[in-house]
Amino acid sequence: MTTTTSLILRTGARVLMPLLLLFGVFLLLRGHNAPGGGFAGGLVVAAAYILHFFAFGLDAARRALLTRPERLIGSGLLLAVGSGILPALFGRPFLTSLWFDPARGIGTPMLFDLGVFLVVIGVVLIMTFTLAEE
Amino acid sequence: MLPLLVLSPYLLIPAAFWLGGRSVRVAGLLALWPAALTLYFGLMLRSVAVSGPIEASLSWAASIGIDLSFYADGLSLLFAVVVAGIGALIVLYGSRYFGSQPGAGRFQATLFAFMGSMLGLVLADNLFLLFIFWELTGFTSFLLIGFEHERPEARASAVQALVVTGLGGLGLLAAAVLIEQSTGAAALSSLLGLGLNLANGEFYPAIVVLLLLAAFTKSAQTPFHFWLPNAMTAPTPVSAYLHSATMVKAGIYLVARATPFAGATPLWTGLITGVGAITMIVGAWRAVAETDLKRMLAYSTVSALGLMMMLLGVGTEKAVMAALVYLFAHACYKGALFLVAGTLEHETGTRDITGLGGLRHAMPAAALAAALAACSMAGLPLFLGFLGKELLYESLLAWPATLLIGAIAASALLGTAGLIAGVSPFVGPPRGGAPEHRVPAGLTVPALVLAFLGLFAGIVPGSVELPAGLASGGILRRPVDASLSMWHGFTPVLGLSMATLALVALLYAYRDSLRRRIWPRSLGSERLYTATERGLDALSAWAAPRLQSASLRSYLLVLVTTAGVLIFATLVFEGLPGWPAVMDIQPHEACAAILIVAGAISAVRAKSSISAVLSLGVSGYGVALTYLFFGAPDLAMTQFSVETLTAVIFVLVFYHFRDFGSLSPWTDRLRGATVSVLFGGSIAVVLLFVGANLTPFRLANYFAEMGLPMAHGRNIVNVILVDFRALDTMGEITVLATAAFGVRALMHISRKERKNG
Repeated sequence: MTTTTSLILRTGARVLMPLLLLFGVFLLLRGHNAPGGGFAGGLVVAAAYILHFFAFGLDAARRALLTRPERLIGSGLLLAVGSGILPALFGRPFLTSLWFDPARGIGTPMLFDLGVFLVVIGVVLIMTFTLAEE
Repeated sequence: MLPLLVLSPYLLIPAAFWLGGRSVRVAGLLALWPAALTLYFGLMLRSVAVSGPIEASLSWAASIGIDLSFYADGLSLLFAVVVAGIGALIVLYGSRYFGSQPGAGRFQATLFAFMGSMLGLVLADNLFLLFIFWELTGFTSFLLIGFEHERPEARASAVQALVVTGLGGLGLLAAAVLIEQSTGAAALSSLLGLGLNLANGEFYPAIVVLLLLAAFTKSAQTPFHFWLPNAMTAPTPVSAYLHSATMVKAGIYLVARATPFAGATPLWTGLITGVGAITMIVGAWRAVAETDLKRMLAYSTVSALGLMMMLLGVGTEKAVMAALVYLFAHACYKGALFLVAGTLEHETGTRDITGLGGLRHAMPAAALAAALAACSMAGLPLFLGFLGKELLYESLLAWPATLLIGAIAASALLGTAGLIAGVSPFVGPPRGGAPEHRVPAGLTVPALVLAFLGLFAGIVPGSVELPAGLASGGILRRPVDASLSMWHGFTPVLGLSMATLALVALLYAYRDSLRRRIWPRSLGSERLYTATERGLDALSAWAAPRLQSASLRSYLLVLVTTAGVLIFATLVFEGLPGWPAVMDIQPHEACAAILIVAGAISAVRAKSSISAVLSLGVSGYGVALTYLFFGAPDLAMTQFSVETLTAVIFVLVFYHFRDFGSLSPWTDRLRGATVSVLFGGSIAVVLLFVGANLTPFRLANYFAEMGLPMAHGRNIVNVILVDFRALDTMGEITVLATAAFGVRALMHISRKERKNG
């Protein structure tokens, strides 16, 4: 995988990257009431980085991620488990949802979905990056 | 209050972890908390003596009837005092022993985790709660035995201890279940309070065997004793704390605890007395054969545990009293001897008894502590060990002479081992590298405290009368005459004690030739364990390649065929469904269907892997379109993304295996085609069946109705994923994460192999 990719791809990627990232986060945030959610959002964000990788190479994509995909997986799982444990502190069973502002969708399910989002990004990117290493 | 205090060591774990490696002085301050707990439990013992057992509970898993319920009576408080008191000394000692070494924080943190678990074990009311703490002590013990995890033998010993005591733990769980089944009660307070006896109930023999399996493995009774000497790979403070003073006594505690409702039958008495007596002899025998200071002490611990077990089996008032006095005496002298052994190793670098001598000038305080402890262990008058031994002989007088003779022999051997461990390193010509600096007080004070405690309690026996008497009363369920005194006049027991002392002196004088002549050196129980382990390994080595061919295609074939056959059989037995009445296919829907079919055909006929993958992607997009048409935009979106990313990942994979072009023989392809067509056909028929018999879906309606009021979300798919079925999703993301790390590991390995080969 070299960086001698086409100018069209590189220019397109530069424009699309922020849009895709925003779209991914948008999907995550609206997921509770409209089509979207952590899983779909995570896939879109992962796709953005994969596009970046195709256009600018593996190292650039890794740099653009700012952290290692392993950390995303770890923190995602911790968030998901943590959002389950949180209600236990209030004497509710594991994974019972707690709502702080149901109208805006702010509560533990949002945290849980964020966890799913991070895990999905991490998983896709670990696989892609590992396979692309050579 | 009580539940919080019992669990308080857990709360100190982060502090211990953080302070442990930072400063010796500050880490030593952590000992203040267990010291305070000791005081608290001691005071509680006084109030229990007046007003009876205390119960307290904190709601926990109420839905399965398990709360954090605790029950404090004389017996549990006696253990709690020992656990917290020696814990305080060990924390102090450990902070100095590890200094600011890298593992110090981890050590202190695990120590506090153990302390909390052990306190929970001895104070738990509910049998299942007791089981949980029981396993937690086993687990923390595993972590501490394998503390120096870079050493293979430490890891092996840790696993061995975990397997042996874990086996017993399962026994305890099964026993708890059976007890609850047969009595309807799982709380010790109600089992004790109702004065039940299981002996008349169902399952009694099974309960006894399972309970004793737990007690015998935990307390290292023959033939399970071998894990304890091997556990000496743990840092010495751990050996002193877990593997002599506290955790290994959990089995004794369990037997004492269960005696009121499970005891007093020939089965119970016979098993405990017999196994205890054998363990007592075996341990003492092996102790004098060892040259490694810690292994010697470990075998003598095995022997002492056997002795206490035997006394609980004998079960008379005197015998139970003897067991408890012995327990206290043993905790003091063995703890002190272990701490001195640790100091010796810390300062001279060796713990081989033949390489140590004449160190009394170099480390006078340690020598004093060791000498006092050895005297108590040998049973010299004025020491608590003497009281214990007098009670031991007295309680065995009425029993068959073999038990008494065994006890005398074991006591003599134990006393000898005590002198070898506590006296011989410090007398005679100097051997072993003496330390040049003064031994730090943190390493000697805890040992001195324990050693002097043994002397103090011997001189003022009243100090142990109350706890031992209360605890015996708790075991026997009646008030016990607990008066202890050093001098009973000229009795046969005194003669036996003196004879034992003479024997100790004689054996100690000839210790070197005794060590050489000891035979047999091993009973072979560890070899049996190793052989079992090897056999299991061999069995899985035989079975694994037969069950796991490591060919994804054959796994898939098995899975799909199985599912296909099951579906097919159901269809045949249930009768084929009718064709759906209305087949109203819109043009755009037909397009999606054509896309799916075309993609599949193209994938099958593809000449290269890349085009096969891309064709499958086309099929996938067709499926995504179908989702979109039928009102599942979420699924469609996810499907589009997944198809795209799958194609990317496949391309990356094929990039690695470029020479992956050859096709399988036609027989394989025919087999694959048959299975695929059958499976796909069955699924299609099932879908038609579902479509033709549209019954209202109760679940779907439930989610649709409840999504907004219960989960505040309008997107049912997402509400199901993150709320109603969040546990499933959690499982799924865990699987995803595991798979990702699996890919990473596999690629890493194959890359390494390519580099090497």
